Amino acid sequence: MELELKQVRNTLLVRIRGEMDMVVAEKLRKEIDRKLDTKKVSNLVINLEEVTFIDSSGLGVIIGRFKKISGLNGKMYLVGARPQVHKILMFSGINRLVSMYNNEQDIINI
Amino acid sequence: MNMKNYVRFEFQSLPENVSFARSCVGAFAAQLDCTLEEIEEIKLVVSEAVSNSIIHGYINKPNEKVVVMATILEDQTMEIMIEDYGQGIADIKKAMEPSFSSDPARMGLGFTFMKSFMDELEVISQPGKGTSVKLKRCFLAKNKEALA
Repeated sequence: MELELKQVRNTLLVRIRGEMDMVVAEKLRKEIDRKLDTKKVSNLVINLEEVTFIDSSGLGVIIGRFKKISGLNGKMYLVGARPQVHKILMFSGINRLVSMYNNEQDIINI
Repeated sequence: MNMKNYVRFEFQSLPENVSFARSCVGAFAAQLDCTLEEIEEIKLVVSEAVSNSIIHGYINKPNEKVVVMATILEDQTMEIMIEDYGQGIADIKKAMEPSFSSDPARMGLGFTFMKSFMDELEVISQPGKGTSVKLKRCFLAKNKEALA
């Protein structure tokens, strides 16, 4: 798994590449939370375009970050999930809590 | 129903072996008449069951053993067994409820995925002795149509 974190003003963009399972869950959680804990982030964008697999450990990271950013009165957006990952996200009901977009540009255009 | 082929392997209860286990079973499942999407579903349920063994069965202790056996029957059915010798599940009914998790960082969807993507799920567990999860799914065209 590769992780890219980029902060532009109060928006944290997280690009994840690879598989989101229990192996990477803890690393992902720590890296994202380190940024969120600065309290300088009010929008969290997670780009899943390059995520090839997700299970409930990966979903746990996403829902945990949603709870955290919501606690900071911020918003979270999910971007570009592939069909297989999208199916699992829908199945989990995360789509009812978090806005999902096709690509990063779609969020900028909101 | 007669067995056509099987694989059986065991590995140390390390998180990095979860990917190994699901990839192995996924590659084995390619012998069935199933789609790539269905293979991804097989990989998902294996990932959930093996993660459960490591996280809940062994409470992340790294030197324990997980056994996986996958069998293809002549009627295009796949049976998968994931077994650990960990602490077991005291209340199986409760553990299988959607969104139940003894770990707040997880979604509690493992058994829900297993139930949803497989035709049959059986969990046999004894506190202090371990847990055996048995999953079954038929990939015969007529069964797939019935499920659609």
